[in-house]
Amino acid sequence: MTMAKGDLVVTELAFVRQANIAPRPPPAAMTGALGWLRENLLSTPFNIALTILIALLFAWAIPELVKFLLIDAVWSGSDRDACLESVQHREIGACWPFVWERLPYFVYGSYPISERWRVDGFFVMLAIGIVWLLWLSAPRRDLAAVYFFMVLPVASFILLTGWAAIGLQPVDTVLWGGVLVTIVVASVGIVVSLPLGILLALGRRSHMPVVRSLSVIFIEFVRGVPLVTVLFMAGVMLPLFMPEQLSPDKLVRALVGIALFASAYMAEVVRAGLQAIPKGQYEGAMAVGLRYWLMMRLIVLPQALKVTIPNIVNTYIGLFKDTTLVFIVGIFDLLRTIEVARIDPKWATPVTSTTGYAVAAIFYLVFCYGMSRYARAMEARLAKGDRR
Amino acid sequence: MSSAGNHGSLLKPAKLNTAIAIEITDLNKWYGDFHVLRDINLKVLGGERIVICGPSGSGKSTMIRCINRLEEHQAGRILVDGLELTADLKKIDEVRREVGMVFQHFNLFPHLTVLDNCTLALIWVRKMPKAPAEEVALHYLERVKIPEQANKYPGQLSGGQQQRVAIARALCMNPKIMLFDEPTSALDPEMVKEVLDTMVALAHDGMTMLVVTHEMGFARQVANRIVFMDEGQIVEANAPEEFFARPKHERTKLFLSQILR
Repeated sequence: MTMAKGDLVVTELAFVRQANIAPRPPPAAMTGALGWLRENLLSTPFNIALTILIALLFAWAIPELVKFLLIDAVWSGSDRDACLESVQHREIGACWPFVWERLPYFVYGSYPISERWRVDGFFVMLAIGIVWLLWLSAPRRDLAAVYFFMVLPVASFILLTGWAAIGLQPVDTVLWGGVLVTIVVASVGIVVSLPLGILLALGRRSHMPVVRSLSVIFIEFVRGVPLVTVLFMAGVMLPLFMPEQLSPDKLVRALVGIALFASAYMAEVVRAGLQAIPKGQYEGAMAVGLRYWLMMRLIVLPQALKVTIPNIVNTYIGLFKDTTLVFIVGIFDLLRTIEVARIDPKWATPVTSTTGYAVAAIFYLVFCYGMSRYARAMEARLAKGDRR
Repeated sequence: MSSAGNHGSLLKPAKLNTAIAIEITDLNKWYGDFHVLRDINLKVLGGERIVICGPSGSGKSTMIRCINRLEEHQAGRILVDGLELTADLKKIDEVRREVGMVFQHFNLFPHLTVLDNCTLALIWVRKMPKAPAEEVALHYLERVKIPEQANKYPGQLSGGQQQRVAIARALCMNPKIMLFDEPTSALDPEMVKEVLDTMVALAHDGMTMLVVTHEMGFARQVANRIVFMDEGQIVEANAPEEFFARPKHERTKLFLSQILR
């Protein structure tokens, strides 16, 4: 019985196509908005359940949020009475007049009011530097690098700390606070940690035993200690061992601590990228006559950093939020200024703290999401280079 | 000692100059305890084309990688164009400028365009300005017959095209010697020919070439001498007609019987 069947299969095996098949458009269910819905939200029973669950979560959280931040919010007033349910006889949401009144404190800390234009100047210079450097089709980006890494740090330092000789009244860093401190600490950490981390990562993979062990010791030691401890050591312990006039400024100590801490993490991130580069790339570079530093700069690092962009940005985002820990050595970053302001009796109401924290959350969210989006765009741009 | 002595008499009457391009004397190399190269002696004349074959693990790749110091050797001497390879970085740089290398897996730089792959070393090692460097690169890309791919990235090319770019990249440095480490082993069968044709053209121009390959057709057509290696030693070296028609050593006979059917 199988005999006849087998014969049939054999004859069908010999086949010559008579007519070419032209390509046809896909079925309608695969394309358009409906196709997208089916494909992405409703493809399996589990996916359908997840979609419903998340829709419910949104339906619960978003109206609450909108109600608190906008609908029930208080928009004007001069003290706590405006935001008290017992006085206003209505449901009270966010207390915006509190934020409005304390906003200068959140931004500048205790920086002298007459000198705050200098902080504004710093913000503008920094913004110009960032846009110039990160906007890939901006003109003269080589100058942007000089501006960002050489002009900006010096100019900012003079502008913010003051220089009596040119008529800028010196401002002690204990008066700095709020967004100013957060931005200064974060930018120094971000700018210092990548080059230092790259050097440490290269050191850790070096063939020279001294360089390698120094890098390993530094990385493992710094990574093995909590950031709070590093800051505490820098802020409180160091002055105990040093004469007062030799001991550097408190903010500087915290900056150094954070920058070194971030560098150790960055070193491991970069090392992961270096390990992803095949040996053939090194050999190809050596065979055309490139020496170590040229090979690293032109061949290895561009590829290694590209694959680690998500991790580098991840470290940056962590660093940005970790700057809040400087409060432990008595430095007033944004979160700390909000902490101080929310217990001010003038504005003490049940909603003041929540409002203050909402401001902090929005601030950090905007910056971190910005970094994340930029990194995504960067990855997409670089991915064009090596389509396979 | 190896059996690769008395070279001169075995050469084809090709247009060789008498200058010695590479001289390897009593070369020994170990990976840990493993003795990978054993008493290698080989003299290569300028313009000579040598094909090195042998079973996998016989040390043939390791040997040619010693010639541009991608591998260090522990004993013996290697002279390349009169320069002895030691730990001296300056000498290594000089040798690498004289010696071009083509790898099994191309080792092109994926983040650079084909043109940038070719101009990179000219600009950074030879300190040539960009415009003349690009001229040189385009000249060699034309020679390997892919000038139209200059602005693409390596990942957008076929394997055969990538290998031809790799050859052009090496030629840009105007080397006196070219090393080929299994240049067609990673290619799809239909792309082997285009790469071999490029290499044959190079041989016609009088380039000194050391080629590790299993392409016996290429060896017959191009080589002045075939060197057969096994277990880290040179087992037999001879002109191709002799080598294929009358192999002397038992291991050569066995190897040939396995690859020629």
